[in-house]
Amino acid sequence: MMAAASEEEKIMERPITQIGVLGWIRANLFNSPLNSIITVGLLYFLWKVIPPFVNWFLINSVWSGAPAQCRAADGACWAFIREKIRFILFGFFPYEDQWRPLTSVLILVSILIYSRNRRHWNRRLIYFWALSLAAILILMMGGILGLKPVSYERWGGLPLTLFISIGGIVGAYPLGILLALGRRSKMIAIKTFCIFYIELIRGVPLISVLFMSSVMFPLLLPEGFVVNKLLRAQAAIILFTAPYIAEVVRGGLQAIPRGQYEAAASLSLNYYQTLRRVVLPQALKIIIPPTVNHFVGVVRDSSLLLIIALLDLLNTTKTALTDTRWLGFSTEAYIFAALIYFIICYSMAHYSRRLERELDTREQGSKRRLDG
Amino acid sequence: MSFKSNRINSNVPVWNDPKKRIILIQIGFLLLVTGISLWLFYNIQHNLNKQAIASGFNFLSNTASFEIGESLIEYSSTDSYGRALLVGLLNTLKVSLIGMLLAVIIGIFVGIFRLSTNWLLSKLAGIFVETLRNVPMLLQLFFWYAVVSELLPKLRNALNPMPGVFLSNRGLFLAVPHFHPVYAYMLLSLLLAGCGAWGLSRWARNRQERTGRTFPVLSCSLTLFVALPLLVWTAGGAPLEMDVPRLQGFNFIGGMVVSPEYTALLLGLVLYTGAFIAEIVRAGIQSVNIGQVEAARAIGLKSSLVLRLVVLPQALRVIVPPLTSQMLNLTKNSSLAIAIGYPELVAVANTTINQTGQAIEGVALMMVVYLFFSLLTSLFMNWYNKKIALIES
Repeated sequence: MMAAASEEEKIMERPITQIGVLGWIRANLFNSPLNSIITVGLLYFLWKVIPPFVNWFLINSVWSGAPAQCRAADGACWAFIREKIRFILFGFFPYEDQWRPLTSVLILVSILIYSRNRRHWNRRLIYFWALSLAAILILMMGGILGLKPVSYERWGGLPLTLFISIGGIVGAYPLGILLALGRRSKMIAIKTFCIFYIELIRGVPLISVLFMSSVMFPLLLPEGFVVNKLLRAQAAIILFTAPYIAEVVRGGLQAIPRGQYEAAASLSLNYYQTLRRVVLPQALKIIIPPTVNHFVGVVRDSSLLLIIALLDLLNTTKTALTDTRWLGFSTEAYIFAALIYFIICYSMAHYSRRLERELDTREQGSKRRLDG
Repeated sequence: MSFKSNRINSNVPVWNDPKKRIILIQIGFLLLVTGISLWLFYNIQHNLNKQAIASGFNFLSNTASFEIGESLIEYSSTDSYGRALLVGLLNTLKVSLIGMLLAVIIGIFVGIFRLSTNWLLSKLAGIFVETLRNVPMLLQLFFWYAVVSELLPKLRNALNPMPGVFLSNRGLFLAVPHFHPVYAYMLLSLLLAGCGAWGLSRWARNRQERTGRTFPVLSCSLTLFVALPLLVWTAGGAPLEMDVPRLQGFNFIGGMVVSPEYTALLLGLVLYTGAFIAEIVRAGIQSVNIGQVEAARAIGLKSSLVLRLVVLPQALRVIVPPLTSQMLNLTKNSSLAIAIGYPELVAVANTTINQTGQAIEGVALMMVVYLFFSLLTSLFMNWYNKKIALIES
């Protein structure tokens, strides 16, 4: 009897159209008449688009050689990227010393990857960061340890984009916390000032702040007092990012229950102790994911440095395109630059989403994310 | 008692009395801010005098003496800076308003596609969103500008995908209907149709509340919107004459021209903002609990009504606030047009600054205009939040 029943069960297996690849295709591509039509339409579209693209991108592309060879070919001219890659990545940094910016970027990327792991978030990480930043500064500026000094005017490309972005977020963070605290302060004068500043900057485009730094700032300083262009731009990025960080921090502060403040008060902690020991450690933890997202925003925003004539990654790409021997390969150059930006931004955004899940602060996180 | 407490207070040093300390800190802060402001003001005065740069807004009435590529109002280089800035402002509005409309449409579609049960569609929508969101807007702008101005053929060999439309690297040339007084009346009839649809929906709602009988408001209103202008058009003699662009010498004559800068800017803004809006729409729809849909089905609503009466009102509550801030972002991002040479506000203001040297006034003008937009946005947001709050109670 038992044997017969199991025989029966075997016979009654699900039909082949519901399991395996076929089942998946049926469930995900042809699960309704409308979806079947959409799938067929999309497949037709892909069939029309992908083969020509692959032909252009890979099969007919030219990977080395002179401009003439590129023009003769039908496909993409990757030889152009190959010729210009060092300029696009490092700008006018002295050619024989370009291992220095390369090492700097590698150090930065490795410390970023090291910081991804939450188990590494301790005091040692701060020392690591300080050490790497010092090493990067030495590598970029030179002048000691037998390295040739390199003026900041020759910095450019990827290192500039990364440094300005990291400098922007690192500088904007404390300022943002101060602004957020000021906005919640009981002191009318400070509160008004903070609200005014936050709303003013959030209401205007970054470009106008950059203009301020490039054309208005020199007028604000006493005569003969010159601040270099890079620092001015860095200051502009920090001043522009801080109000956005402030709003993120404010969200974090609002998420701290009243009871925490009351408990701190009942322990007779003063304002600074309450902030330092109770409120900020909790609030700052909540806002880590949206801050990482803001970092992505700063990386994207740093491309605007081009408008005030700083050689960031986008500007080196544009400048490489002006070489008269290699005119007309802008699509390739932009795709290459876009790929670099995409890798940086996508990996950070992806990390932020993972962190959000791990820290289990989903609700606040997803709300913040939409604002960005 | 009170006497005693007063005495205790008066013995406390000023920096340990919270109330007095707060006042002291604020006075110190104000002094600091005023001091820095005065110092900056003095520097500005000094530097301006030194470089012989005028101050104040008198320059607005001086002759601009630069040309602007495209303008909605009449403008020539003999006009004033004020008028040039107005041209820039109108160009900003032109690209922003049309951009907003298109970005919302794209965003809604892509957002819904991303939630589709069709695997291929949702993956493609995902790739679209992730790619566009993670590449700087300015880079995308350059890319589209390169596509429009380099990949499209020269004027002589302009692409002609359909009659009356010419695509070239000098812009998009479109055939437009010859002006005819009937068109004005058609616009009027559209307005009338709008009023009619509004009245109809009110009447239908009242009737439904009284008798419970429904009325096909949507289809009737749509018919009204199509039929009324059509009727006016036929009554006006059905003018069909088109103003078709034709090649004459080195340029097209007639029709409507859309410049390559405008096309690239619009494409860039719409796709970039559209990707962000898609995410907002997706999150909004996902925020509605599946139980709501099931409950609505259980009481027998058909799926269009489930969407209209249950899902959308709840999703919109989540969608609208970030959506308005995206609209503002789009307007602010239109300032990137300066990099590809579309003459919007920031580009014109920049030229003005370069010519007059009046950087402070120029930057201030820019900021005031954008602040005005952001004020409008937050006013709308407050109004909307209030409206939502009313529904909730």
